[in-house]
This record gives sequence, C-alpha cells and structure tokens, in this order.
Amino acid sequence: MKLELKCHKGIGTRVEGEALVASDDFSARYDLDRIKGIFSRPQHKLVGQSYVDKILVLNTSKGGVASAWMLHEMTSRALAPKAILFNRANTILAQGAALATMTMCDRFEDGDVTTLIQTGDHVVVDPEAGCVTVTRA
Amino acid sequence: MKLSVEDKAMLSGELGAPRRWAMEHMLQVGGMFDAEDFVSVAQSHMMADPESLGEAGVVFLEGLAAHEAVYRRVRIPMITDPRGVDLSHYRPLGQTEEMADLERRTIAACEALGILMTDTCINYQTIMPPVQGEHVAYGDTGVVIYCNSVLGARSNFEGGPSALAAGLTGRTPRYGLHLDKHRKSTRRFVVRVQPNGLTDWGILGAIIGRACNSYWEVPVIEGISGTPTSDELKHFGAAMASYGSIPLFHIVGVTPEAPTLTDVCVGAAPAAEDVVASDMDAFRSDFGGKGDKVDVVVFAAPQLSLVEMQQVADLVDGQTIHADTSLIVCTSPQVAADADRMRLTSRIEASGAQVLRGTCFYQQYAREIGEANGWKRLLSNSAKIVNIIAGYGYEPALASMEDCVASAVAGKIV
Repeated sequence: MKLELKCHKGIGTRVEGEALVASDDFSARYDLDRIKGIFSRPQHKLVGQSYVDKILVLNTSKGGVASAWMLHEMTSRALAPKAILFNRANTILAQGAALATMTMCDRFEDGDVTTLIQTGDHVVVDPEAGCVTVTRA
Repeated sequence: MKLSVEDKAMLSGELGAPRRWAMEHMLQVGGMFDAEDFVSVAQSHMMADPESLGEAGVVFLEGLAAHEAVYRRVRIPMITDPRGVDLSHYRPLGQTEEMADLERRTIAACEALGILMTDTCINYQTIMPPVQGEHVAYGDTGVVIYCNSVLGARSNFEGGPSALAAGLTGRTPRYGLHLDKHRKSTRRFVVRVQPNGLTDWGILGAIIGRACNSYWEVPVIEGISGTPTSDELKHFGAAMASYGSIPLFHIVGVTPEAPTLTDVCVGAAPAAEDVVASDMDAFRSDFGGKGDKVDVVVFAAPQLSLVEMQQVADLVDGQTIHADTSLIVCTSPQVAADADRMRLTSRIEASGAQVLRGTCFYQQYAREIGEANGWKRLLSNSAKIVNIIAGYGYEPALASMEDCVASAVAGKIV
C-alpha cells in the first residue's frame, strides 16, 4: 500500500526511513535520554524506544527552547532521528531543525499525521515539495 | 521573502560570515512559517546552557567568535538565559570539570560576540523590560509568554540559534506573535476558583496550557478577581508555556491588550470553558506524595525574584534542613547581588540550603547531579519544574513554598 501525503513546505533535505509514531507531543529536553538515544519520560508512549535514524511522527512540539540546540547536538553524535513530522510544529523545533539540518514538516492536508502513518511504515519526506510518501508492507 | 538592501548585504556575506549564516538560518525558518519580510527587533535573549549546546554547540559558537570583531559582534543588546554551571558552586553539586570547562568556553565565545552574560530568565523583572508593541527576540518560554502577555511586547519562542541570528542581524522573520492576527484569543477560560499563592497560579497556568496544547492557541482568561502580582503571573505563564507551548495569554482587565473581552476577539468570543476547584485538586493529586521521603527541594523555574528570596529567608529562619535532604534555591546574578547585600542569602544558607547564581535547576545537568547526589524524589513549588524533571529520572511532587520548606526540614513531604 502506498500513500502520498501533502504538507506545508518544510525544512531540510529529502530523507527516507522507518516511521516511529505516537499521538504524543515532543520536547528534546522533557522526553529524551539523549545520551542513550531513547525516549525517557515515563508518561510518553514511546518510553524506552530508540529514536535514532527514525522518521519520528508526533502531534506537536512543546515547552523548552533547549530543543533547538539539542537537535544540533544529537545530530553531531549521529544519535538523532532522520526527520520529525508534526501535525503542528512550534517555532523552536523548526529553528532547531534549520541549525541541525534535520528534515521537518508539519500541517498535513489529509488529517492527523499520527494516524495516517503507522510505526514501521517506510516513509520518504520531501520538505521542499511538501510531500511525504508512505509505503506499508 | 522580501529583502531590504541591508538584508541582502548581510545575506551576501558583505557584512561578514556570521551575519550571512544568521540570514540563511532565518530565511529557512521564515520560509516554514510563511514570513513575508523581516522585522527589526530591539533586544535578543539567548538560551545557551552547555548541557543543551553540547560540544557541537560550543564549537559552533566558537566558530562565530573566531571572526574579526567588526563581523562577529551583535548589533543589538543581547542577553543570556540561565547558565548550566554556577562556576562559584559546582563541585558541591557533583558537576564535573568537563562541564565547567564547556561552560567557560561558552562564556568566552558569547563575550567575544558582544553578548551580555545576564544569565537570567527573569530579565523582565531585573534587566530591561520591553515596552508595549516592542518587537524582541527572546529565548526562554517563560520570558516570552510574560513579555508578550503582561507587557504587550512581541516575540516568538526563539531557540538559541535563532536568538543569536536575531542578535547578529537586529531582525527576525515577521511571523507568529509579531503579527496582529496571531495575538487574538482562540480559547476562552472562565476561572471559578481564585488561585492562592504562587503554586496555585502555576497549577492554573498548567491546566490552561495543557487544555490548549499548541503554540498557535491564545487563551483569554476571565474571572480573576483583583490584580495578580508579577511573581504570580511569572509562575502562571511559565507553567502555561511549559505544559502547552503557549506564548501568549490575555487576562481581561489585567493584561494590556485585553481591557475588555471584545478587544482580543475577532467576531464572536470563543465558547467559555470553566476552570473549577476540582480541576485544581485533580492536578495537585498527580503530584502528591505526603509522607514520602524527599531527597531534594527546589525553588527555581523561574529563578526567584528578590521578593521570593525574602519569602524563602523568612521561612527558613531558625530552621535546619534535614541531613538527608537538600534545599536548592536558584536566582539570577542580579537578584543574588542584592540578596547578598540585604543578607537574605546568608539567612537562607544558614539553614543548610544552597543558593545558586545564574543557573536554573533543570538546565544544569539535572540527570548527572541527581545521580551524583542520590536525588530521586524532588519537591518544588514550581508547576513548571515538576513537568520537566521526570524525563531526567526524578519523581516530582508539588507543594506550596511554605510546605516545601517544612518538608525540607522534616526530610519528608508534610
């Protein structure tokens, strides 16, 4: 099965990878053990799971300006997601993606991206075109 | 985006590589948020603690700082958010020389860029509050929500890189809170219970923030009797921003853009949503824990004002903090200097508490200092910090300032 999703023009370059999806929100400071590369906040649905090299799909970004530097720091150690897709990004995560050259998109035309994409899907993100292609086995 | 002659000169590199980087960075961000042009900003404020910068971030800052002064120095007054290491008090916390060195390198790079090391998230109480309508680029969610809401300034949440880009260029892409259309209310809350004290204000902010849960929602609040203090609105806003990524609220009859409900509505007012006493109680019960042992009691997030420092000093006078519990108080260097002079610091420290200058608890390697000191169970009067700290391996609880001090003395949550 193949899906073509339209979103707002995003940040970064074309990437592809495996999706890791939750309806939760995201903050690099609040939710992650960045040393181990896993979600660490007990209340987060992805707690204990590795985000490294994944296409993260989450609802929105929350709290904390620190995430902007943190995305850059995570990328420098190659312990970062390949891309993050949100229903709606806040300014901080977009700014962080720009410095980290991490791909980021939001505002999907077809509805809630955390239900349109499932964990394990193969996802191709083209931020310049505002297009995400999803392949499900 | 529409560029002025000066924008183009900076983008071309004519005014140095740091300003070219800044323009390229802001064009990417402005593109994502459909900015049509840039707006001049009067001040910039940057979060740059070494924990979030890491080696990569520090090297990035040092790279900019290596350019000639004429190319590297910021063009507008630029100040800093709390640091990660209080260089006068880091070994007792279990922070390492490696952390302190990263801090020292960050400070050296920032100073070379012409940044004023204010190290504070309460600059609106201590440095230079913005005026109504002033465009600024502030890099702390608590600072942004307070200055947008209480003072009527105009700022987005600026992460460190974007705050730096604003400082280097004196401008920011015109999107989000710089535009009138994003400052009108989208949600309306009627408060049926009056908050009593800083913690209650934090809880109320957290409830409204959690309900809105989007940077692009603007809550307007009715039903507040009387006028809240600056410290109360500080805790209210900081919690709302932390729980909901909210950068602006209005309180009818209190904040400057909302003399009346109509002033912050486009057309009909949003449907009213009540906040009642049971909502506050339900929130409290998530962070309870009476009788539990407490390892560390924290007053921070935001840093304490001079008035809060006096309140803590009055509460700890003549008391001794329990041998198995630590009490940490974080304030700004500006407040600390006054607190020293007025002997508030010495009164607080006489109890066994530690006063940290220019840091904030969750920005100072919270995971590592927790492990070094065996801190797990954390108690605070800040609704913001109890939201953040669980991800760092703590079990947080929430209580009033009075109960926090009593618990620190008892060694367990009272």
